Amino acid sequence: MRTFDYVRATSVTEAADALATRPGARCLGGGTNLVDLMKLGVERPATLVDVSRLPLDTIEELPDGSLRVGATVRNSDLAAHPAVRYRWPALSQALLAGASGQLRNAATTGGNLLQRTRCPYFQDVTKPCNKREPGSGCGARDGVHRDHAVLGHSAHCIATHPSDMAVALSALDARVELYGAQGARSVAAAEFHRLPGDRPEQDTVIGPGEIVTGVLLPAATAGVPSAYRKARDRASYAFALASVAAVVRVGDGVVTRAGIAFGAVAHRPWRARRAEEALIGAAPTEAAFEHAVDLELSAAQPLRDNAYKVPLARALAVDVLTRLTAAART
Amino acid sequence: MGSHEDRDGDTAPRRYSDTTLRVNGKPHTLSVDHRRVLLDVLREDLDLWGAKKGCDHGQCGACTVLVDGRRLNSCLLLAVALDGCEVTTVEGLAGDGEELHPLQRAFLDRDAFQCGYCTPGQICSALGAITEAAAGHPSRVTDPAAPSGEPVRLDKGEIRERLSGNLCRCGAYPRIVEAVEDVIP
Repeated sequence: MRTFDYVRATSVTEAADALATRPGARCLGGGTNLVDLMKLGVERPATLVDVSRLPLDTIEELPDGSLRVGATVRNSDLAAHPAVRYRWPALSQALLAGASGQLRNAATTGGNLLQRTRCPYFQDVTKPCNKREPGSGCGARDGVHRDHAVLGHSAHCIATHPSDMAVALSALDARVELYGAQGARSVAAAEFHRLPGDRPEQDTVIGPGEIVTGVLLPAATAGVPSAYRKARDRASYAFALASVAAVVRVGDGVVTRAGIAFGAVAHRPWRARRAEEALIGAAPTEAAFEHAVDLELSAAQPLRDNAYKVPLARALAVDVLTRLTAAART
Repeated sequence: MGSHEDRDGDTAPRRYSDTTLRVNGKPHTLSVDHRRVLLDVLREDLDLWGAKKGCDHGQCGACTVLVDGRRLNSCLLLAVALDGCEVTTVEGLAGDGEELHPLQRAFLDRDAFQCGYCTPGQICSALGAITEAAAGHPSRVTDPAAPSGEPVRLDKGEIRERLSGNLCRCGAYPRIVEAVEDVIP
């Protein structure tokens, strides 16, 4: 591992300043991904700016019914928070479906969003990877790509984003709060991660020197039935092969609100806008869900060895939507 | 936190920092290379060989220790970032005398290991998991409607899910689950 300087930030402005002014600086949160990537030689920071002790470790219920989650709140604490468990259950379920107890105790909200792909070519510095080393090629496209993207991939990159949490945040219309030299701003969680295009090295829309300060869960999805379901190779402690987060409200016998996002199928949580549009105003029947999900997944472009993800994602989504609306059909 | 290289001026990158850790109740102030993870400091600097290096990538759980009471993978924790923290390893679980911790006793009684390499991590992880359940933290298999803040009862399914971050290549899982069941309050 390359040597590095270490700075413990005591305020958000100090952290953003250190990140902006020190070349090759990276933020250290729980370190569950960054330290691993440093051991692998994928990340070689000159400075670590430790943001894990910033005063961003609280979960705050706001008067308008929304919930502000600080960037350093640990995944296990977020999953256990009563407001998250009962008002945005898809988020609690997604967090608990990810990693292990030890890793959830360390991982932060901000770090979960900013974790890198687990593509084996990205993690192996002896292999070509446009995300790790732009212009070096993509080893996965004609290599081992069973776990890779079926939607929105490019000639340059077929990696998926590994987070479960981010999939739930996307479906729940959460916002990601950022701070940098230009001040504070927020972006929709569904727009925070990018598609790879010809710049796969850029995972998100975060600007140079910006840090994630928190996540806002909106009142609009509070208390609306939501759930997360994940398919994987073993029952626990594995990344998703495909997953879905959904939030659905039914009124007067028709769907009045729908948020659907797929995980492990694209470079970012895949917000299923086409499916959502097809469902608004429709009766919440299994046939309607199948039709809507098929519309969305018709855009899929599977690779040689990952076509199984399309029917898997379809089955997960139809199941979750059907279960979430069961009460409305009786 | 001090620095050994301050005398080189503010512009020179620092590679070491003085870091204070309380380990099993004893304070240690060490000059740590920023690259060192807690697991290596425990094993190589403090001669505490209980926490094991399995994968060194946070995937096997053999290095699990308690930091400020929470179970964490010590192979992924930069020691410098833990300045001021309280660390408990498997060596710190027994009482002052020869008395083993009840969970250590249960692992012996249930023969919950073969080679024993994963055992310190299993025990520290199980202790963390029991604390989490007592505080009402849900797992993936907890009934979503269970009341918040109420202790979660750990049946076999809960124990298996909560300990999924600890691998045992000997496959002693059934007896590990039984040993944990033995000490659940």
